[in-house]
Amino acid sequence: MIKSNIASVPASGIRKYFDLLNEMEDVISLGIGEPDFVTPFSIMQAAHTAMDRGHTHYSSNMGFISLREEIAKYMKNRYGLSYCPKDEILVTVGASEAIDLALRCLLGPGDEVIIPEPSFVAYKGCATFTGATVVTVDLDKNNRFKLTKEALEKAITERTRVIIFPFPNNPTGSIMKKEDMAEIADFLKDKDLVIISDEIYSELTYNGGHVSIASFDCLKEKTLVINGFSKAFAMTGWRLGYACGCKELIHAMNKIHQYAIMCAPSIAQYAAMDALRNGADDVRYMVEKYNQRRRIIVNGFNEIGLDCFEPEGAFYAFPSIKRTGMTSDEFCESLLKEEHVLMVPGNAFGKSGEGYARATYASSIDNILEALDRIDRFLRRRNIK
Amino acid sequence: MQERILKILEKNGNLTIKQLAVLLDEDEEIVRNEIIRMKKEGVILGFNTVINWEKTERQLVTALIEVRVHPQKDRGFDDVADKISSLKQVTGCYLMSGGFDLAVMVEGKDFKEIALFVAEKLAVIDGVLSTATHFVLKKYKDGGVHFMNAVKDDREAIVL
Repeated sequence: MIKSNIASVPASGIRKYFDLLNEMEDVISLGIGEPDFVTPFSIMQAAHTAMDRGHTHYSSNMGFISLREEIAKYMKNRYGLSYCPKDEILVTVGASEAIDLALRCLLGPGDEVIIPEPSFVAYKGCATFTGATVVTVDLDKNNRFKLTKEALEKAITERTRVIIFPFPNNPTGSIMKKEDMAEIADFLKDKDLVIISDEIYSELTYNGGHVSIASFDCLKEKTLVINGFSKAFAMTGWRLGYACGCKELIHAMNKIHQYAIMCAPSIAQYAAMDALRNGADDVRYMVEKYNQRRRIIVNGFNEIGLDCFEPEGAFYAFPSIKRTGMTSDEFCESLLKEEHVLMVPGNAFGKSGEGYARATYASSIDNILEALDRIDRFLRRRNIK
Repeated sequence: MQERILKILEKNGNLTIKQLAVLLDEDEEIVRNEIIRMKKEGVILGFNTVINWEKTERQLVTALIEVRVHPQKDRGFDDVADKISSLKQVTGCYLMSGGFDLAVMVEGKDFKEIALFVAEKLAVIDGVLSTATHFVLKKYKDGGVHFMNAVKDDREAIVL
């Protein structure tokens, strides 16, 4: 009954951990990729106000024009990117919808999409649903999990239609600086393909601000920038994201969006307007907190003997668990069962994630310290130190 | 530096110097010296634990007592406030603007103990003109900690 390219996609490898989790008490979860902060107060107030005023109707398909104007302003001020609010910005149900729409507009059987791994699980899934062929590029810790021109050269073919550019990266926390991207930009400028740059973690960088690959003039037209409110403004449950790109692609994405979704939730859109207008201080506060936790967790992993590279973006640490002699799966399952600490096995994010595990540090310092203590005990019991 | 250390200690008083140094991305020795200095200068006066006694066996009643005081020549309210502060039942004492002079926080095992404390210890202090006792019925937030949603992580498991 189920189409083969959907039936063939395996259920998420993380699922079984969640089933285990539900049976346990006092688990410290470093598993979930979402802020522990509650949405900032003023953003919630804006949503209340919208409801009180009866703003409960649909918005236009592409999203309220006033929100798109705020997004345009934000993209200009924050990343130096100009988009026309009328036809180059689409408001979506989370950044995830934007990823799906873009892939559906650009890919079909016979096409190829390059996905650097380890990375967010949805790219591969959504790409596979289109019938396209996924070509993965393995990112290497020795290269700080960055994408290189050389790796792209090897992966690219006549049939490459899309390159996913997932930085700051989930799960590694790796980022691409301007100088890291220069060669890639030069290499891609004449290629007939689209770069989907997923910049959902763009606000969460710790050694200098985020630079979008779309800021290279030669790539602006062929890059679709995807972002959203979930991570930066702690608004995961509001489900609001957006895509910025050339008119043709945004128009095509809106065709699917208008029939499948119609429009993103109105109340969430009002909240998002406030986030862009007044949320900068809240973002700064949360980033400072993440940064403190980041230092604690990275230092902690290295101290207990799990070699951890310094993540410069997002809110994940990605320590190597190779010296335990266990696979990522064995490590995470035993750790959860014995010490009630949830980390996500690196191989869930692609086969090059094997030998690593992801820990979300969007959690209180007390939680992080307690988790590190438990992991330390877990390692000692096995004489791994 | 001082402010950065204090902002963290205010919320997490149980961190080791080493952990603090990592958090702040500073040298351990510098952080240690800074804390020693602040203790010496009376900036850091102690480390308390925020406890929700309602979840323990211990009976505990808290009251806020409005105290009106007759100020003394040259000393104002200081001597009376100092005397009140030295009582072991008193957990806080503040000079206030408005309708009364001192706000005094008191803890006792029950209403009666606090009533006796006010009658026998507080009201009889020289310079105290009157008292009005307000019992705390429930604590929602104390010492910067929100009791209702402390500790609880209600994020659901989701694939991403």
